[in-house]
Amino acid sequence: MAQAADGALREAGLARGEIDAVLCGYATTLPHLMLASLVSERLGIRPAYAHGMQMGGATGAGMVMLASDLVRAGRVRRVLVVAGENRASGQTRDDAIQTLAQVGDADFEVPNGGSVPAYYALLASQYMHRWGLTEPDLAEFAVLMRRHAASHPDAQLTAPISVADVLASKPIASPLKLLDCCPISDGAVALVVSADPGRGDGVPVAITGAGQAHHHQHLSAVDQLDDLGAAASARRALGQAGVGLADLDLLAIYDSFTITLAILLEEIGLCPRGASAQRAREGVFGAEGALPLNTHGGLLSFGHSGAAGGMAHIAEAWRQLARRAGARQVSPRRRCLLHADGGVLSAHVSLVLEARA
Amino acid sequence: MSVSRLSRPYAEGLAAGVLRYQRCAGCGLAQRLARHACPGCGSTDLRWHDCAGTGTVVAVTEVRRAPADAWRALVPYTLVLVDLDEGARLMGHGVAGLAIGQRVSGRVAEAAGQRVPHFAPIESA
Repeated sequence: MAQAADGALREAGLARGEIDAVLCGYATTLPHLMLASLVSERLGIRPAYAHGMQMGGATGAGMVMLASDLVRAGRVRRVLVVAGENRASGQTRDDAIQTLAQVGDADFEVPNGGSVPAYYALLASQYMHRWGLTEPDLAEFAVLMRRHAASHPDAQLTAPISVADVLASKPIASPLKLLDCCPISDGAVALVVSADPGRGDGVPVAITGAGQAHHHQHLSAVDQLDDLGAAASARRALGQAGVGLADLDLLAIYDSFTITLAILLEEIGLCPRGASAQRAREGVFGAEGALPLNTHGGLLSFGHSGAAGGMAHIAEAWRQLARRAGARQVSPRRRCLLHADGGVLSAHVSLVLEARA
Repeated sequence: MSVSRLSRPYAEGLAAGVLRYQRCAGCGLAQRLARHACPGCGSTDLRWHDCAGTGTVVAVTEVRRAPADAWRALVPYTLVLVDLDEGARLMGHGVAGLAIGQRVSGRVAEAAGQRVPHFAPIESA
């Protein structure tokens, strides 16, 4: 986290003392009563406003939404948003899986021997049955994320894979195989949300819209399979920004599993129900496509280090819009929709980020 | 493992060998899991009922990677979401090979030391 924070300050051209607020994402391996105060102390910062946040995978986007509102309200001027976790090396694999399984209901779901992959597998079975997506369809997204990760120096998984590799990978919970699931990773991400454009190079990027939706927490409480909250959240964000889906030219969408990407793309309305994989095959979501998607490789290949995993999408969206993505820079983009979810498509946060060129 | 106050009637039902669900006495809406208030009408008069155990499979997975040692011996096991005829939805175990849309009947079974709902197909007459 310290390295990520130093990097964010350096890229923004800010001194430590100029940060007046700190928002910090939770870490399952570092439970703490006041994590943002602890992090501020260690970073040598004395903010006028600081606290932690817990929204599962939506934490990063939720922190940026709050940071943007705090700055707009005039409460603070420069918010350091940071999260990090040694989710891979800080615990055993079984501990990680059991901690995350608590996303399930303690009395109705967890006692069945459930796990996050099992909950998502149940959701996948239901969604695929209703809208006709197939296992090779889902595999398409694993392949795409791996291709994108190959060009990022910090990505965890970069060896090229094929649809056949995904289909042949170890079964986890049908229809999901190992390569349909994100890895467990170590990592940290930090960024600064400021009232003024950063002093670093590149095109300034503004947060022009944000929205949330929370329709359920547990899988068993999902009411409408076609209204999990993603569309409502995105509608609020796009509404605030005063733009529509047709005005977007970059995407950063949460991808804990391949099915997560398919459901989110389709519910938000970026493609018709059941058509997301076909769009991927057509190249729409590639680096050269109309809607480049998770150009860092997403959770599926860049890696998933808890709250920081979801923040990597935000850092990448900023880098692409600011034209600071180096070798993986896509052609100039103006407007990105970022969407994150926590739990089992439970907590939704959407952001609209715009280049101010 | 401790059971939350809201869910105690469900856990007690499992211990007694019956599957239970919660229904709003105000508007009649069958609830998902255990709630304090009804999302339909806002009433807090939610009451527990025994269910017949019959329902329809809405989601199914075969788990091959167990979350803990206790479950490893049972792998592969089948988890299902079932819409009970009374309108509630339950997660439970199922016999291998269950499919979405299949009619099932549930009972309480033991798995890895836990009492869980277990669903099997209703044989067509």
